[in-house]
Amino acid sequence: MITLEIAGRQVQAEPGQTILEAAESAGIHIPTLCNLKGLSPRGACRICLVEVTTWRGKLVPSCATSVEEGMKVVAHSARLRELRRTILELLFAERNHICAVCVSNGSCELQDLACELGMDHVRYPYRFPGLNMDASHGKYVVDHNRCVLCGRCVRACSEVEGAMTWGFSRRGVDTLVATDVGSPWVDSKTCTECGKCVEACPTGALLDKRTSVAEQEKDPEVLSQVTERRPRV
Amino acid sequence: MRRLDVLVCSGTACVSSGSTEVKESLAQALADSDLRSEVRILETGCMGPCELGPVMMIYPEGTFYVKVSPDDVQEIVEEHFLKGRPVRRLLWEGVAPALKEVPFFARQHKLVLANCGIINPERIEEYIARGGYEALARAVSEMSPEQVISEVSASGLRGRGGAGFPAGKKWELMRNANGSPKYIVCNADEGDPGAFMDRAVLEGDPHAVIEGMAVAAYAVGAQRGFVYVRAEYPLAISRLEEAVGQARRMGLLGDSILETDFSFDIELRMGAGAFVCGEETALIASIEGKRGEPRPRPPFPTESGLWGCPTMINNVETLACVRHVVVGGADKFASVGTETSKGTKVFALAGQIRNTGLVEVPMGISLRELVMEVGGGVPEGRNLKAVQIGGPSGGCLPEKLLDVPVDYESLGEHGAIMGSGGVIVLDDTACMVNVAKFFLEFTADESCGKCVPCRVGTSTMLDILSRIVAGQGTEADVPRLKELAESIKMGSLCGLGQTAPNPVLSTLRYFPEEYEAHIADRACPAGVCPDLVHYLVLVDQCRACDRCRQVCPTGAAQGAPGTPPYHIEDELCIRCGACVEACPFDAIIVKPGRKG
Repeated sequence: MITLEIAGRQVQAEPGQTILEAAESAGIHIPTLCNLKGLSPRGACRICLVEVTTWRGKLVPSCATSVEEGMKVVAHSARLRELRRTILELLFAERNHICAVCVSNGSCELQDLACELGMDHVRYPYRFPGLNMDASHGKYVVDHNRCVLCGRCVRACSEVEGAMTWGFSRRGVDTLVATDVGSPWVDSKTCTECGKCVEACPTGALLDKRTSVAEQEKDPEVLSQVTERRPRV
Repeated sequence: MRRLDVLVCSGTACVSSGSTEVKESLAQALADSDLRSEVRILETGCMGPCELGPVMMIYPEGTFYVKVSPDDVQEIVEEHFLKGRPVRRLLWEGVAPALKEVPFFARQHKLVLANCGIINPERIEEYIARGGYEALARAVSEMSPEQVISEVSASGLRGRGGAGFPAGKKWELMRNANGSPKYIVCNADEGDPGAFMDRAVLEGDPHAVIEGMAVAAYAVGAQRGFVYVRAEYPLAISRLEEAVGQARRMGLLGDSILETDFSFDIELRMGAGAFVCGEETALIASIEGKRGEPRPRPPFPTESGLWGCPTMINNVETLACVRHVVVGGADKFASVGTETSKGTKVFALAGQIRNTGLVEVPMGISLRELVMEVGGGVPEGRNLKAVQIGGPSGGCLPEKLLDVPVDYESLGEHGAIMGSGGVIVLDDTACMVNVAKFFLEFTADESCGKCVPCRVGTSTMLDILSRIVAGQGTEADVPRLKELAESIKMGSLCGLGQTAPNPVLSTLRYFPEEYEAHIADRACPAGVCPDLVHYLVLVDQCRACDRCRQVCPTGAAQGAPGTPPYHIEDELCIRCGACVEACPFDAIIVKPGRKG
């Protein structure tokens, strides 16, 4: 076992565990967004950044950084709170996150984060990009205007379902998640219609066609339930 | 009997200005004059003064011709080769042949570029004749891997790709890394706007890089290496491929190198042009065939790199230094430079500077010497305003800081970075807000989109800057830019985002009055930003010659020939500057601020 300090508390962890896992098993909460149990860490959203004082104050994503003996981790500070809030504001400014008309209103991780981090307004200009939706698929819809590019659908599709339908196209602020390298979802030769991407999606970007405002409930835990039952190879 | 060697530069810059045609007409002229046995033409890599290309050097006396065109060839052959009289009008500033007195050459210290412009890069024999592969031979036959590493450590060599990580330390980490196989990667994904030193080394002296990789591989225990090079560098790629083939045939790559039990080989991988792939973890993803996106470090590539194996990534220039460290010794290498920054650094000089091109200078030289002496200063009649150093991750240093020594620490202290060595000189016609916007446009466009601060943050900063240069800035914009810049630096995943705000921060630090003028006065002091200037005809100077009206593409320049003054209709004017250029009486000026 490894002993480290997180948020001022001595914590025990297995070698190879991440800071986030160690914190969670000790009951210390660190906010996350792109991370999802059952999927590989991506370290992209930067919400779970923590400060490692034993690494000269380096900021690292707790979801993607392994624990180390004697490590000292600051999980909550004024600086981190401000940074997390800024990142969240940038996410809200990036696309069209209007909770009142969203299928996921009430069961959205982005909305939950805003409540948790006390984000009551956005200081940056809204981009309102006016992106297309793809409702070509018989069961599901992707609305890029609500996507936060966490990549959970991409990882669920490749790592759990093994279909590799989802990927990223373009780059920078123009990045989009895409089915079969950008062809309409209905034309996908690889999609198995399993719906894991919809369950993994933290917002209303991926939805079930049968849902309307505030009706889309997500069950992201289904991913870890599947992976945990699988025999280890 | 051979009396003259003509070295024709065939670097990309000279090729694009026509050196291939010059070489061909020279060959024809030599044949016509029956001089083929007396004069030999040799193709070399970059000689440095790219703006003056095509350039050629004539040995033994060392005559240096600039801006040679195929039309000049006959004169060179008749006057110089037959009569022994150099063609004065083609000489560098009329200087012959004491080239060493030209400050551009005199102030340089060529180590990495020692062979560039001297040898034919496509012939391994010429590299070997200049001491090539001696470092590899010495390393594998006389030195243990640990000795090589301690030599590199003692030399103080630091990574030339930008961050300046001590090379010896990286090699040691790699040597001690668990896991096999181990890979070595040469990072030749040079992407900074205006930077072309890696291209020049690969084109002009590819074996120096191959030898550096082989020595590194021996030191750290790697058997396989990759050169990750931009596909936009076709000449570098073909010369590198040729060089790898030659090295294999000579037993300098492949199995049992120099009949020892050390084996190592190199493959090329072409990058598709994404700037972020110069970041080492994105580079690894790209070589693996994945989307070029960085991933969090740790684990560092020396622990888990290509396909999860220990991987060491060194820059082209770093690797080209290795042979000098091994052959000349650490002490000799470390005798050049400053306490913390040893050796030399290659810089690509660009912008408003007389000697645009490639130079290599000792570390610790002041920016003033680099720009004013080696670079020849700004063109006549202009005033130097700032030096942008370090590319899109770097900063703009004002004229008053020109005495800062060029080393990793000093540049960092002042808000710039060494970077890969791009130097862009700006004169008083440059708008610093616009310069910052230019670099941010680049990084926002090149952001891979993986992490939120870089993806959304750089674009948001760019939006704010675009509003400022359009005259829609507000007082809250400057503090908002600073705040956002700090969050992007702290929160971004990789070096691209962590350094992207630097051009904005450094211009805010040294040129706050320009931001102020754009926001509060709605004026661009340098007369650059179209929305914040207007064109004015000086009534006393206008002679009603009608030239402005003739060149104006929108009909904004109005008047009747012979009845001065003309005037510019502001509503129609698109600020293209054609009238200013056309006016023979300097009667049209660009005035900062909006009309009225």
